[in-house]
Amino acid sequence: MIRLLLPLVTFVGLIGLLIIGMQTADERKLVDSPLVGRPIPNLVLPQLHQPAKTTSTADRLGEVWVLNVWGSWCQSCRIEHPYVGRLAKESGVPVVGFNWKDERDDALRWLSQFGDVWAYHMVDYEGRSAIDLGVYGAPETFLIDHRGIIRHKHIGPIDETILGDLMARIQRLQQEVGA
Amino acid sequence: MIAELGQVFLSLALILALVLSVVPLYGAYKNRPALMAMAHTLVIGHFVFALAAYIALSIVFFNHDFTVTYVATNSNLLLPWYYRLSAVWGGHEGSLLLWILMLAGWMLLVSLLSRSLPRAFIARVLAVMGMISVGFLLFTLLTSNPFDRLIPGPLDGQDLNPLLQDPGMIFHPPLLYMGYVGFAVAFGFAIAGLLGGRVESEWVKWSRPWTLMAWAFLTVGIALGSWWAYYELGWGGWWFWDPVENASFIPWLIGTALIHSQAVTEKRGAFPAWTILLAIAAFSMSLLGTFLVRSGVLTSVHAFANDPERGMFILGFMIVVTGGALLLYALRAPRIMTGKGFDFMSRESLLLLNNVFFTVSAAMVLLGTLYPLIIDMMGWGQISVGPPYFGAMFVLLMTPVVLLMPLGPFSRWGKDELWRVVFPLLGSLVLSLVAALIIVAWLDAWSARAITGWMGGLWLIFGSFHYLFDRQKRSRFGLPRHQLGMIMAHAGVGVFIIGVAMVESATYERDVRLTPQESVSVAGYEFTLLEVVSVKGPNWIADEARFTISKDGEVIQEMAPQKRLYHRSGQTMTQVALRPGLFKDLYIAMGEELDAQSNAWSIRIHIKPFIRWIWGGALLLALGATLAATDRRYRLQQRQSATEGVDASAASSA
Amino acid sequence: MRKALLLTAWLLALGLSDQSLASAIEPLPFRSDVEEIRFKALAEEIRCTVCQNQSLADSDAPLAQDLRQELFVMIQDGRTDQEIRNFMVERYGDFVLYRPPLASHTLLLWGGPILLLLIGLLGSVIIIRQRRALL
Repeated sequence: MIRLLLPLVTFVGLIGLLIIGMQTADERKLVDSPLVGRPIPNLVLPQLHQPAKTTSTADRLGEVWVLNVWGSWCQSCRIEHPYVGRLAKESGVPVVGFNWKDERDDALRWLSQFGDVWAYHMVDYEGRSAIDLGVYGAPETFLIDHRGIIRHKHIGPIDETILGDLMARIQRLQQEVGA
Repeated sequence: MIAELGQVFLSLALILALVLSVVPLYGAYKNRPALMAMAHTLVIGHFVFALAAYIALSIVFFNHDFTVTYVATNSNLLLPWYYRLSAVWGGHEGSLLLWILMLAGWMLLVSLLSRSLPRAFIARVLAVMGMISVGFLLFTLLTSNPFDRLIPGPLDGQDLNPLLQDPGMIFHPPLLYMGYVGFAVAFGFAIAGLLGGRVESEWVKWSRPWTLMAWAFLTVGIALGSWWAYYELGWGGWWFWDPVENASFIPWLIGTALIHSQAVTEKRGAFPAWTILLAIAAFSMSLLGTFLVRSGVLTSVHAFANDPERGMFILGFMIVVTGGALLLYALRAPRIMTGKGFDFMSRESLLLLNNVFFTVSAAMVLLGTLYPLIIDMMGWGQISVGPPYFGAMFVLLMTPVVLLMPLGPFSRWGKDELWRVVFPLLGSLVLSLVAALIIVAWLDAWSARAITGWMGGLWLIFGSFHYLFDRQKRSRFGLPRHQLGMIMAHAGVGVFIIGVAMVESATYERDVRLTPQESVSVAGYEFTLLEVVSVKGPNWIADEARFTISKDGEVIQEMAPQKRLYHRSGQTMTQVALRPGLFKDLYIAMGEELDAQSNAWSIRIHIKPFIRWIWGGALLLALGATLAATDRRYRLQQRQSATEGVDASAASSA
Repeated sequence: MRKALLLTAWLLALGLSDQSLASAIEPLPFRSDVEEIRFKALAEEIRCTVCQNQSLADSDAPLAQDLRQELFVMIQDGRTDQEIRNFMVERYGDFVLYRPPLASHTLLLWGGPILLLLIGLLGSVIIIRQRRALL
């Protein structure tokens, strides 16, 4: 009897797996970054507004900050733009832009059209540094703590719910600074 | 108007399928011949309405009726008529309709060709297939109706996906579905066998030619898909182990096991329960394939538009069909050991091994395909399972199969001696090893893959022919078709292996930058780019690179790959140029324009040795199966059982 | 629900940015055939993260182009295959490897079929022993 039931049991297991798989199909399309929990790579990049000046990811050591990857070519970046603005205004931490695989003129035009809500922008037109950050599609948002560790990465546009989630996370990170 | 008619036809087909899945079954249960006989009439009506619905959709496409959503999204005013007709199965909804038509066609054939089988049995088979049709008709009407209107309709449709505007894509899906759906026949026979309590060898005997035909279609369908992937987009590969490809390969592997286990069960009555299980599994895996392709549960290069709701429907359908079948199996499968005994060295044992290796391979492909799901469910992170895994595992599992295959035909049923089987084959073995080395030396293709590939391939070819000559010496009438078919199929595997080994070990591939009048030499061939010109097609424009290819200073061929821009969708597509050959293909694909001033382009040139052998081998497999399916003895058997079987089956019905 | 919609839109946008249906064809200045073969082999076993199940070798997506460039530079620098794989994994995780590493979480993947085969062979021996008795 057990031998005859075995195929049915296996089949039920398979169906269970597929049902769960259906629920997680969209999530699984997002690739988790192995960099979360590790120090942010030290990247030295020119600024968008003053190309002669460079900034480094190490400059922000000692404070909680946000790095937001965007490009003027990226449709979803336009969708999340107002939420990035609110994040910058309400969170009280610096939100730095990471202008990825763009053209300088396009990026500046885009900013003047939609508004420049970031503290400043690091520029990576070759896409070389983005690889070190494990960036694979704009928009992406990194939360970095005061020790320079990447604590969280959000892939895809920010919306109301995500904004709330990011705010709460930032708050917790700031409490760590005090402790 | 025609779209509405199509919808009515589909609904009528559904009603007939509903009646079909209940009445003949009840008739078989109560032993009422009139009710059982209704199955044949219902099947004819069901087919007629399915065909009418299909024709309605074709007319709607042909007439550019963009007020039908499916036409508006899959066709276009500029689309040539032949692609308008093949666009019917270019998307999810229409391909389901094709699936239904094919199921109806198989049912009609079963009904026409199996009149001689016991009435109750065939009534059950058709009823089970009717239930499957109910599921697919409901699926179509409820979630994926190809006749849905779009009011007001657009002036022009979005185009048919350019990838599908190709001769290979016209034939690939229909053949593949013929295979998938064909397994529904074997499934129906197995379930009818379980229902009727006639689980001995008889249902196996009757279903063998059907299983062989379904398997042959599936083989050609997969081979066509592979051929298409090879020349489409300039990929140049022939198999990618993508989830969608695996979805068709798993039923094929199970089907292969099924064909061989049916042989044992028919001849020796040895594994009736296992054969039923395989028949259920083969069709269930076809359903699973449909689910994987259409639900979006896995990421694939070539899936249909994904829709979770549709996925849930197919899943529910699978639960009913497969779950029900397996429950029935648990309740009614034969529990006692039946059939004649056999020894370690016997044809039964070898076929048993065949079944072990093929089912484990199917399980391996399934495991690899679903492993990303498993690992995510366990919270162990994310991984990808790709060609390196499948390739290594598959070669590992198939090596014993290749080594043992020629022994199968030579071995006797029941009890044999190892030396008696191996001894006559020693000649073939030595010959294949020597010939492999000579050929590899002659081709100058020294690599472990090429050498082992040639050895294995020739071993199968020589071993098969050896059997052919051996038999022909002994029999006065020549070989029956089922034996010829088997020899052809086994030799086909050999041809296939040689193709794979050569392609994987001796392909030349180079990406070059070329300006007009510049040439590059690859593997002894001189490729000269003459000019890059603009050309116009019915619904696209293209840059065309005109090449001449010369060898030893002599021009042997002109080739013209294109880079097409499709008007409506704005998609660009690479159209490769091929010079096919028995021993090597020359292959050119255009990349990007690198410099507009000098007209420099990036160009990919492949030299693919023996690639035609891959599909040639598959064709031999399918031809062999067809030959075996049309053997005289199946027709004779049916006539015999017509006289003796009827009353016996009526009496044994539960 | 809204979240799901947004996510879908974003995924769609990623897909649409890949408008060109073509494989990646780019002539790179390799110094030898060996280098070119290594490059192709590696590009084929590394997955393009933004694509629908395509390798770096097969994809035309901008990120895939960048990563191929990176791969090319690393090969020119004389890095080993394993170093290159590690480079990719450190940035994108095990997901980028089409050849899953042998580890505790892939034990079932690599070992499962072998185990099944052993069970199948053992089962065959048992079955044949039973059948022998019928001879």
